[in-house]
Amino acid sequence: MTSPSVTPAIRMTGIEKSYGPVHANSGASLEVMPGEIHALVGENGAGKSTLMKILGGLQAPDSGKMEVNGRDVTGWTTPDAIKAGIGIVHQHFMLVPTLTVAENIVLGMEPTKSGLFDGDAANAAVEKLGRDTGLIIAPKRKVADLSVGEAQRVEILKVLFRGAKILILDEPTAVLSPPEVKELWAVMRRMRDNGGTIVLITHRLDEVMDLTDVITVMRAGKTVGKLVTRNTTPAEIAKEMVGREVVLSARDKMKSGVSAPVKTAARASAGLELRNVVVTDPLRGRVVDNVSFMVAPGEILGIAGVEGNGQTELIEAIAGLRKLVSGTISIDGKDVSYFDVAHRREVGLTHIPEDRHRRGLVLDYSVANNLVLGVQNRFSSGGVLNERKIGDYSAKQVAAYDIRPPISAAYARGFSGGNQQKIVLAREMGHGFTVLLASQPTRGVDVGAIEFIHAQLLAARGEGKAILLVSAELNEVMALSDRIAVMYRGQFAAVVDAATATTEQLGEYMIGAKKESVA
Amino acid sequence: MRKLLIVTGVLLLVHVALLFAHPKGIAGNGKPNAAHVGIVLDIGGLGDKSFNDGAWRGADSAIKLLGTNVSLIEPGEGADRESGLRLFAAEKMALVMGVGFAFSDDLTRLAKEYPQNSFAGIDFSLATDAAGNTIAPPPNLAALKFREEEGSFLVGALAALVGKSKKIGFVGGMEIPLIYKFEAGFRAGVKAVCSDCTVIAQYAGVTPEAFKNPSKGKELALSQYQQGANVIYHVSGGTGQGVFEAARITGKWAIGVDVDQYAEAPGHVLTSMVKHVDNATFNAISDVTNHSFKGGVYSLGLKEKGVDYVYDANNKAMIPDSVHTKLEQLRQDIIDGRIKVPSMR
Amino acid sequence: MSAQFRAQLEEAIIPTVIALLIAIICGDLLIISYGQAPGPVYRMLLEGTWGNWYGFGQVLYKATTLAFTGMAIAVGLRAGLFNIGAESQIAAGGLAAAMVGIWLPAATPGIIAILVCIIAAGVMGGGVAAIPAVLKTKFGAHEVIVTIMLNFIVLAFINWLITAHLHQPESVHTATIHAGFLPRLQEFFPAFHGAAANLSILVAILVAIALWYFLFKSRSGYELRAAGLQPEAAEYSGISVHNVWMKAMILSGAIAGIGGINFVLGYEHYYEDGFATGAGFLGIAVALVGRNNPFGVLVAALLFATLSQGGLAIHAFVPKQIADVLQAIVIIAISAAVPEVRRLLLASRKRVTA
Repeated sequence: MTSPSVTPAIRMTGIEKSYGPVHANSGASLEVMPGEIHALVGENGAGKSTLMKILGGLQAPDSGKMEVNGRDVTGWTTPDAIKAGIGIVHQHFMLVPTLTVAENIVLGMEPTKSGLFDGDAANAAVEKLGRDTGLIIAPKRKVADLSVGEAQRVEILKVLFRGAKILILDEPTAVLSPPEVKELWAVMRRMRDNGGTIVLITHRLDEVMDLTDVITVMRAGKTVGKLVTRNTTPAEIAKEMVGREVVLSARDKMKSGVSAPVKTAARASAGLELRNVVVTDPLRGRVVDNVSFMVAPGEILGIAGVEGNGQTELIEAIAGLRKLVSGTISIDGKDVSYFDVAHRREVGLTHIPEDRHRRGLVLDYSVANNLVLGVQNRFSSGGVLNERKIGDYSAKQVAAYDIRPPISAAYARGFSGGNQQKIVLAREMGHGFTVLLASQPTRGVDVGAIEFIHAQLLAARGEGKAILLVSAELNEVMALSDRIAVMYRGQFAAVVDAATATTEQLGEYMIGAKKESVA
Repeated sequence: MRKLLIVTGVLLLVHVALLFAHPKGIAGNGKPNAAHVGIVLDIGGLGDKSFNDGAWRGADSAIKLLGTNVSLIEPGEGADRESGLRLFAAEKMALVMGVGFAFSDDLTRLAKEYPQNSFAGIDFSLATDAAGNTIAPPPNLAALKFREEEGSFLVGALAALVGKSKKIGFVGGMEIPLIYKFEAGFRAGVKAVCSDCTVIAQYAGVTPEAFKNPSKGKELALSQYQQGANVIYHVSGGTGQGVFEAARITGKWAIGVDVDQYAEAPGHVLTSMVKHVDNATFNAISDVTNHSFKGGVYSLGLKEKGVDYVYDANNKAMIPDSVHTKLEQLRQDIIDGRIKVPSMR
Repeated sequence: MSAQFRAQLEEAIIPTVIALLIAIICGDLLIISYGQAPGPVYRMLLEGTWGNWYGFGQVLYKATTLAFTGMAIAVGLRAGLFNIGAESQIAAGGLAAAMVGIWLPAATPGIIAILVCIIAAGVMGGGVAAIPAVLKTKFGAHEVIVTIMLNFIVLAFINWLITAHLHQPESVHTATIHAGFLPRLQEFFPAFHGAAANLSILVAILVAIALWYFLFKSRSGYELRAAGLQPEAAEYSGISVHNVWMKAMILSGAIAGIGGINFVLGYEHYYEDGFATGAGFLGIAVALVGRNNPFGVLVAALLFATLSQGGLAIHAFVPKQIADVLQAIVIIAISAAVPEVRRLLLASRKRVTA
């Protein structure tokens, strides 16, 4: 399909880029033809983001050459890139929460009427753009009120409003629910059919297979392979990414009998138990509405559901970050409803938060300091930190959890998503606990790390820990859980046995089409 | 990294090049061999249309008439006052002056430390010992004090004589004894010519802000005019701007303070009670130049022409000759000691 | 050259040097525009500060005050709080030290009197800071606004106390303290004769060491910095962020308050209205340039004290305004070169919703 007569939309060759001693790109290349959806895959830290920053003009390469539509644009600036029609949708949104959708989209190139901001024109323009692309969203809503999926739509519209012809999406589905992903795919296919070029950075091989035409694989800063999607398999892509064979599904492992579920339903008072828990939000009312359930030791209860149905609030309430309006929470039979966060941790609760950037890590703390966050008491005596003890512990955990690069003194900010998540894991699972809250544990994490994290969760289950798993990835929930609860509008729509659950069945509960009375 | 070093180098070169610039320097302002005098102004600095400017006018005359070299320092904070005095003392300047009562302690200390130099303090406040007796300044320190109450007495009499009202206004700045002196003299002057007149006296506040609050000054003045006053004497620094504005609006009269403030509201400034800081400064410099400088307390009143009221071409028309004659007679009475002007409320 | 040193050089040192050079060149142009040659003016500036013992002593004196306010603001910033109230906290602390010094009998042993005065200053400064701390943690009031407003209130109240009740005749200062005198440096090094520098500088250095140890070695410091860097992560880990803020704000106020001893116990031995005017605000620049590190603050305090005292020394040649403008340019240029400030500026550009 790469006929020599067609000029590539993007062509980058021999790109080198170092940050101090770190070689982010060394021998990276990328060739994207116009009108194709091109996947750029690789483990976290493989250099995908750096390559795209260079393409977008945010960084200049140390050496190498880049062309856009046949024009040499090596080392151009961001305005140049925008003018040439390159649009990057970042993983982390850059929106002004207090402005409306339309105001955010037109920001920087506002329509004016006699020198004043023309709000009507902006709203009309955004509505039209929405109709043309299928990214429908009410232009007058405040960005602060949007769901994550909607905010992402705004990000994409913002880029398109600036006339982007080559769209680069960095992990666009990491935060989306299945229906939202489907919608996004439809939009992207439509754009391709209209002649747009799309580069998709992702970890999800199912997406790659489903959507893209060509795949470029990066590993350790290099481009190691270029595959045509219809001639390859997920296993082959994964092998290229990691450099070895990978077991793709945790469920395969479970089925192969590596760790059989421990059925200990008899111990009714142990584990985590919630009774009639209600949590309210000043803006949205009862976000967790009378939820009761129990997680037994050695059990994983998975919570599926479209994001924004109360999962976040439920987890925060259990962790002690939100007040209960009514109901009780007990850990190992002990009522912790009125305990603060620290106290609940002492009782044996541990928590992998859904947002590691905001909650899970102090990004400007070193790995070592992050590894003792929340347990700093155990690493100090007389109010003074025991640095040697922290150092030893950190070295041990860094090795045990394969945190790369293995530098305890480096700031967490500098690590890739997967390795950041490993830091969180190493801390939360690195000491005694009885109940684990795992919220989106593999979000934005590469294949190798997902495999690792799944193995850790299963190992904890094998050790008799009670685990509450929340994930937007239905596959993950289905693969790991013993039972699956579907959350819809703050309530448990159903609790089903994972062994018999099907995607279709859960999907119906997730969108509220079906409701089971929960005991 | 290399880029940064290049930038550093270029900047360094520019700086070195600029060091070679030799514009026509502003050398000493007096004659080469004349006495050198250092003056440390009070916080507020030049352009205050009052004390600091007055001191500078006196120094300027000294430069022109006597050829004295004068250096000025405008301090930025309290601790700079002593530091400024020390800088001058260390240069062995013939006279080191501090403008304002805040310099009193610093000047006393330095005068003792540098007995060979001469020091002078404008509005110097004398320290008191445990028994309440004032302590004389060191012999090489001239404490220049003003009897503001005497000048205030005369403008009080003037206000009562031309105001055509039994009510006369007074707007003070901050409530401190220093300002009470003005009020006391003013009240006495009013009473001396009009025994049944009353003085409405109000102050703008209790903090130094009260000296820079024109809107408050305007508010007070308008209310006093409303109550029937036709003349208001302000002793309130920048707050007085508001008093002048009120006089302009109502078409009534105000009396300025410290320096001739006629220009603030021409036609509405009846007169100003002036403190001749310029004269005091000039005299001190002149004494040093003539080697006749003597320390001690200088109390400057009407007799010494330390204070006065303005009577010139600008305001002659507002003051009838008979009134002027009366005022001059009162002045003579004070000078001769026939009238004792109170300095306490 | 080790990679770490190289990174330091690239990130922190060279930009600071460049910033200083830019400020100096701006100064050159200003001085030339006034008709003076820059060379002699800079020479005077240096001679008047580091060139003689008196000038150096004055620099040390001014640096001591700035070190206290700078450290106060730095500890607040480390906890994520912007304490604009150091201006009034140092005044309140100074007043407390003076009142206690007056109240103590002259026979009180020196070291005890000094300690009692220092504690009084710290308690007073911390007490003033407790108001914004409580308003923030209990009611969510922003500390910047509260501390700014409190500056007006506290300074006006102290001024009223002084002018209405406590002042000596014909002055705006209180009576002299009876006990708690901190000796001047000239007592030990006669060369410092006349300079205001006193043993408060030792207190400042001790506070800096203690503060550094607290921030970077103690558990509470660890929690404080975590709460400052990422309050939500701190909260998630079980740290009571409100508690940390409360303590940090009070600690900040206490350090600022102790700064009042420099003037009261070490220099004039009375409280004078406005003795530290501007020190609270300049302390913000000192904290930023010192990168919120107690030792960095000491260095930055020396730099700004040099500019302040040097400005005085060149007044005789160029107008005061030129020295003021020069100081402002240094603040702007160096602040912009400090990585933390750059990050702050960048961070405010990309507030994210995710």
